[in-house]
Amino acid sequence: MTERVQATINGGHFEGEVAPQELLLDFLRDRLGLTGTKQSCEVEVCGACTVLVDGNPVSSCCFLAADIDSREVETIEGLVGSDFHRRAVEAFMRHAAVQCGFCTPGMLLTAKALAGRGLDGGRGAIAVAMNGNLCRCTGYHSILDSLTELLGDPA
Amino acid sequence: MNAVGQSVERADGRLKLAGQAEYTGDIRLPGMLYGAILHSQAGHARITSISTAAAEKAEGVVAILTAEDLSDLDPYYGHALRDRPIVALGKVRFAGEPVAVVAAESQAAADAAVAYIDVEYEELPVAASLDQALAEDAPLVHDQVARPGASHGLGDLPDAEGNICYSYSFRRGDVDGAFADASVVVEGEYTFPAVYQYSMETHTTIAHWRGGELTLWSSCQHPFLVRQEIAGLFGLPLDLVQVIVPFLGGGFGSKSYTKMEPLTAAIARKAGRPVRILNSVNESMITTRRHNMKCRMRTAAAADGTLLGRSAEAWMDTGAYADNGPRVTATAGDAAPGPYRWRAVESAAHCVYTNTSPSGSYRAFGATHLQWIGESQLDEVARRLSMDRLEIRRRNLLRPGEEVRPGGKPLDADLIGDVEKAAAEVGWSDSSADVYPRAPEAAPRGRHRRGRGVSVGLLAAGAQPVSMATVRMGPDGSVTVLVGTTELGQGARTVMAQIAAGVLNSPVSKVVMRGTDTRYTPYDRSTGASRSTTVAGLAVQRAAQSVLDALLETATVKLETPPGLLRTAEGRIEDQGGRSITHGELVRARFGFDGGELIGHGRVQPEGGSGSYAEGPVFWEVCVAAVEAEVDMETGVITVLRTSTVADVGKAINPQLVARQDEGALLQGLGNALFEEMHFAPDGMVLNDTLLDYRIPAFEDMPASMTCTIVENGDGPGPFGAKGCGEGALAAVPAAIVNALADAGVPMNALPLTPERVWRRIQELKIS
Repeated sequence: MTERVQATINGGHFEGEVAPQELLLDFLRDRLGLTGTKQSCEVEVCGACTVLVDGNPVSSCCFLAADIDSREVETIEGLVGSDFHRRAVEAFMRHAAVQCGFCTPGMLLTAKALAGRGLDGGRGAIAVAMNGNLCRCTGYHSILDSLTELLGDPA
Repeated sequence: MNAVGQSVERADGRLKLAGQAEYTGDIRLPGMLYGAILHSQAGHARITSISTAAAEKAEGVVAILTAEDLSDLDPYYGHALRDRPIVALGKVRFAGEPVAVVAAESQAAADAAVAYIDVEYEELPVAASLDQALAEDAPLVHDQVARPGASHGLGDLPDAEGNICYSYSFRRGDVDGAFADASVVVEGEYTFPAVYQYSMETHTTIAHWRGGELTLWSSCQHPFLVRQEIAGLFGLPLDLVQVIVPFLGGGFGSKSYTKMEPLTAAIARKAGRPVRILNSVNESMITTRRHNMKCRMRTAAAADGTLLGRSAEAWMDTGAYADNGPRVTATAGDAAPGPYRWRAVESAAHCVYTNTSPSGSYRAFGATHLQWIGESQLDEVARRLSMDRLEIRRRNLLRPGEEVRPGGKPLDADLIGDVEKAAAEVGWSDSSADVYPRAPEAAPRGRHRRGRGVSVGLLAAGAQPVSMATVRMGPDGSVTVLVGTTELGQGARTVMAQIAAGVLNSPVSKVVMRGTDTRYTPYDRSTGASRSTTVAGLAVQRAAQSVLDALLETATVKLETPPGLLRTAEGRIEDQGGRSITHGELVRARFGFDGGELIGHGRVQPEGGSGSYAEGPVFWEVCVAAVEAEVDMETGVITVLRTSTVADVGKAINPQLVARQDEGALLQGLGNALFEEMHFAPDGMVLNDTLLDYRIPAFEDMPASMTCTIVENGDGPGPFGAKGCGEGALAAVPAAIVNALADAGVPMNALPLTPERVWRRIQELKIS
């Protein structure tokens, strides 16, 4: 038994069948080959699998593929090439805010969602908003520096 | 501008920011099957029967592996002790031990089929804690003595005794005499928790057999040691085992030595197709963890603050299989004296089997276990003698060149300078409340009490000094560095490229290092013990020098100038008259056409001696931190306000990456100190085996202020005077937090410092 789904994925049209219990994470990685989205905790804590659905960050490890029907999905592969991504790359590179890189795509997608929300760009507010994205390498300091620059600067 | 010493961009940063870096789990081989593991539900039991009949009929199942399939092998592995079968053989020794493995056409099919395997157990008495395993009538986790593994590096292993599989001890001087002469003796019993490393990428391995050759893609830190162990297990020459290492999503020691590779290779051998095993977090948690420990320590000092004696004994819970436990135990034993001058000292550390998940390496092992204990005793000595805490350290810290342990590497760092720098960064001053004896009115009072703490320690770093490297320069002047260090986030590919670029004076953008393939990459012992920059980097420096020598040789002919009158400029060799010739032109001139390449080899091997643990370490990694923290006396909640760490690295090849290493280690130290702890049920099963109830530091746990001071005294044995970093802060931070808390009036003897534990301590000690 499968469900028919139509969705916009990274700006392209998708139409096809998904299994009712299929997770968005597995669908993106295994069916579409979009491996920039990472699997880690599988319980919606670490944020490595974050993607945007209609602009909102979701943990794709706990989100059914069937639920993207009639919605827009954006992954790191879709973010690449955008002005936001270019600015994010420069900020993260300047602060060396990437280490193993496993959390990085999820961090960028949560940041993208925040960028559209007129978030108070202060460090404290950004830290609270980012608390659902874990990183075990960096100690967060350099990521927060990058995001403060990125989200505090509306240009 | 020479690349060495510059904060050049991370070589892999843009790739990772685009989500294009390939990790093992991103690889799909044609025909690849997906593995799922049946884990033991029993903590200690005899397996009386395994029935796979129903599972074999399940949809999509291709093969099921049990111990029966290994009868043609000697299935025991373990680099320290060969005590672990590829899958449970007749017995399970911890809840979660792999009993069988299913390979199926999809992950969902494999996961589903596992439930159809029927295992009957005859339960045995369980020793699920150190106390149970050390009791006189304790059940034995292993009833036969394990053979030594191929790369424990600890010399002759002493006989096992009961559940103690390895002990490390030393005694120097007259310990009883030192304690008899003391004016003050501090003693206590301490416990350290089991901790999960949590690299965000879980252990992942793909195995593929082709024509009797085995290729592994694996998230491993030590590909050459994996190759050695796998070749031994399956009776293959080293050359027929190929280990390929894509990017790693973190390691921190959890991916050192051999983990999921034997099991993955075994199921792929049976299935006749490539198989991938990708652990879930709860599976990685029972694959390896940090040793929980109990420790007794005593410290004796004279009335003037001169340290006289220390005596320590530690018991490290290595779980059901030794993994790297013996080395962790030896390092813990060595960390007991701390970096101080003693009249007499004794230390014993024991590696203990229990029926729990196996413990291995985790960043700054041994040092993290012991530093907070020794440093808190030192502060207590100062308190009882009404002596300043920095002053007692100045008086007793070893100085550069002094012996740390007999026959080993003398101290190669300025520890007094380091600790003074760390203290100054958190606002420590000689005229403040930080100086003991403290005036009564300066004592912390009220609900929120602040304290400051410092800590100093040493970590035996570098492991065996054996690394090779190859540097290749093509006819366009571009450079490829082949070296077996694993990029696990620390920035190895960037730093190795900088070292080669620095020697050759090449633009760093023209130098590339990629991942290891044991078939083509020269041998490197391992990626751990902070050794990559120091040891592998030295091999790269030597290999690049050999290429530079060849360039100079050709330039001498082309420019008709003796080598002594030539110098390097960026991408070129020039003479003093301003004539120059590019690297590419030199390579082409040498071969007479637009082709060929210059190849240089570099080698690091023990210089004199055997390179054994006793003669080491390669260098002493400095573990120094200072902390300002606040405790809420009504709730036990601790807030770390300010931290400062010191990266004493000899020479920072890339200062920005050095600081990033310290920051990452600092946050891990915060987690280890404040809340990370694995809990075990009475049968040894892990109770909090997801990130829902095993918490690691998040953005909001960052201290409001954190500084890292880089110290460059050029005193390292690595390239350009460098020595490794990245672990010291993890050992130093918990110690500094414990000392800050004691300074605020709450002395602790157990980690982590959860609000409940701190609150109970406040009630127990009736602190008001």
